[in-house]
Amino acid sequence: MLRIEGLVKRYRTGDIALDGVDLVVPAGEVVGLIGPSGAGKSTLIRCVNRLVEPTAGTIHLGELDVTALSRRDLRRARRRMGMIFQEFALVERLTVMENVLSGRLGYVAFWRSFLRRFSAADVRGAFATLDRVGLLDHVDKRADALSGGQRQRVGIARALLQGPDLLLIDEPTASLDPKTSRQIMRLITELCAERQLAAVVNIHDVALAQLFLKRIVGLRAGVLVYDGPSEGLTPEVLTRIYGEEDWTRTHGDADADDDAARATGPRPELIRAV
Amino acid sequence: MSIAAYPDTWRRPPFIASATWRWAIYLGALAYLVVAAGAVDINWARLAEGVARAGRLFVGFLSPNFTARWSDIALGMEESLTMTVTSTVVGILVSLPVGVGAARNLAPLPVYLVCRAIVALSRSFQEVIVAILFVAMVGFGPLAGFLTLSFATVGFMAKLLAEDIEDIDPAQAEAIRSTGASWLQLVNYAVLPQVMPRLIGLCLYRVDINFRESAVVGIVGAGGIGATLNTALDRYEYDSAAAILIIIIVIVMAAEYASSFVRKGIG
Amino acid sequence: MPTARAADGASAWRRTTRAQDLLRWFAWLLLAALFVFSWNVMTKDTIWAFVRDAPAQAADIGGRMMPPRWSYIVQLSRPLWDTLSIATLGTLLAILLAVPVAFLAARNTTPSVMFVRPVALLIIVATRSINSLIWALLLVTVLGPGVLAGIIAIGLRSIGFVGKLLYEAIEEIDHAQVEAVVATGAAPAQVIDYAIVPQILPAFAGISVFRWDINIRESSVVGLVGAGGIGLNLEASLNTLAWSQVSLILLAILGTVLFSEWVSAKVRHAII
Repeated sequence: MLRIEGLVKRYRTGDIALDGVDLVVPAGEVVGLIGPSGAGKSTLIRCVNRLVEPTAGTIHLGELDVTALSRRDLRRARRRMGMIFQEFALVERLTVMENVLSGRLGYVAFWRSFLRRFSAADVRGAFATLDRVGLLDHVDKRADALSGGQRQRVGIARALLQGPDLLLIDEPTASLDPKTSRQIMRLITELCAERQLAAVVNIHDVALAQLFLKRIVGLRAGVLVYDGPSEGLTPEVLTRIYGEEDWTRTHGDADADDDAARATGPRPELIRAV
Repeated sequence: MSIAAYPDTWRRPPFIASATWRWAIYLGALAYLVVAAGAVDINWARLAEGVARAGRLFVGFLSPNFTARWSDIALGMEESLTMTVTSTVVGILVSLPVGVGAARNLAPLPVYLVCRAIVALSRSFQEVIVAILFVAMVGFGPLAGFLTLSFATVGFMAKLLAEDIEDIDPAQAEAIRSTGASWLQLVNYAVLPQVMPRLIGLCLYRVDINFRESAVVGIVGAGGIGATLNTALDRYEYDSAAAILIIIIVIVMAAEYASSFVRKGIG
Repeated sequence: MPTARAADGASAWRRTTRAQDLLRWFAWLLLAALFVFSWNVMTKDTIWAFVRDAPAQAADIGGRMMPPRWSYIVQLSRPLWDTLSIATLGTLLAILLAVPVAFLAARNTTPSVMFVRPVALLIIVATRSINSLIWALLLVTVLGPGVLAGIIAIGLRSIGFVGKLLYEAIEEIDHAQVEAVVATGAAPAQVIDYAIVPQILPAFAGISVFRWDINIRESSVVGLVGAGGIGLNLEASLNTLAWSQVSLILLAILGTVLFSEWVSAKVRHAII
């Protein structure tokens, strides 16, 4: 579904964020993208829907060359790519329903969206999606009245309502507590399986990634250094991705405290467990 | 649940929940606008005549004449600028005690009430109205303008200063007070350091306002460039009027630029 | 000697260095000199006899002002209504014109930082630097005396004020919310409607009410140059030295200002 070839991004400051990345993601597969801060994970995801303009390389969504599109065609292409954000990026002062319906903006004429008169199919779809993510009781609440987990569910519903072929997911759990993080990851993987969506999940919590995702891609300094099953993340591989660290030392129970995992890096017993 | 079972319409919850109140407010606002707009009586004949004058005004702006009335303009600018400097300095000096007195956490109640009354009086009237009264008292000329702008500065600065003082961190004041400091020491050590940075910014902002106001008090005879402008317009000398307006805009822009520069230097 | 060392220690403890101190004193000295110079220039033509006479003058005027001519209030009702209308319609006009200007001036919404933004900023600065009374003066010569000139004068002066505060609010919005709406494939107009407008709405309402409050004060004087409202009556009363009417007019203005302050406080409270 998604085919990235030789993707390069050089910022105006001269920093090279991506240095020749190749990645293929078939429909129905969820890929976890891991790597240290500043490795270019965020840039890679944003290059796919061109929130960040790539410097070189091509990106194909199905048969469509995203990098060659005009502004208008790019907007059409963006409808097929749902995006989910770290800090949720909901429009705080709009209601939950408006936030979810904003997923249809690419399909709707301006005056309809301005008057909030979406088609019956769109509204029904929005209700169904909100029901699926478990928020049917919060339709008329303002987004800033929700908890973190609920907000991320709204973010997911917004992306789903676009009717996407591909989900671009940027650190979906970084602002959530460990339990909610797992619920959100479970929801995302279930939804992708239900709807045969391809997805790239940018995630810094290696343990969580291994728990839910089968395929992991490791990015370091703008270069792919690992692409394989999550079982293959041996201490050597992790060193290749993150640099030198004692990856074999264990302490505590991973289930009890995912926060510790963030601070100290992934733990081998989990790596083997999945 | 099948997809068809979900509702197919959705309305955003209205801003005003009660429908009666909502419609009452909408209709009331609409009725007010209609009535208010009705008060605008447009004299079309005079308007047609105005088009020609607008044309001449526009031409005047394209070719501003700085030289024809230069001595008048120079005098007006001199009055405006000196008025700005003196009134800002005096106004700020007077506003300091008034501002401290108008802060409830520092001043005893009688002082507080007097200072608040001064602030309210100064803020209620537009500068030009105050200028009329001062002109009646001390005669025509920039001294009346100076008094007007000083009075307005006191109201403006004292109010903001008092609000700042009332917002200070009480823990710091508590700490100083617990050392057995006197009231003046309290103001010096606990209050001033907290309000000083914003105070300086406000002073610069007030310089800006005072200059702009100095350009209008002249219309009622209180000196400054406004009198020159009024005369130029009365004599239909639109090119000179344009020159004056351009000078005002340039000075205001320069003042704004300079004050942002100074504020960056301090901050 | 311990005391001498203590004194040394104290001088080493000063908050500022000697050079900074000198610079600071020099700046104060410069300000004082500027003040004295300005004062001398300003008062060179002042007739001090008038000034000495001021308290007596004030007492005289005060005496004539009291009691206000209460019956005059009947003739003031229409001008007061006009004053309110000038302020309200002027503010509406300003909002209508300032909103597009603000969007053109804000760095994150302007179509071109190089060409459009400077023009929008110039409009904001130019309308802000010219007082509403001067706008009224110009408009009365063009449109003739009347409420219309007052409305447009108040409106033009307020464009810069509303525009400046609004474009600053637009520049301060949370960019992540915008990015999320852009990522759905929304068109630019939809991005403004869904991501930007909700974020600036509270600031917008606050600014509008704030300016309306100021405009009530301003509209009470535009009549002095013929642009309608209670200022016309003030001008007429001053010309005939009818001080007992002037005092009533001042009271009426005070009442209107207090009313507008009460309303704007209520509205601001309702928004926040």
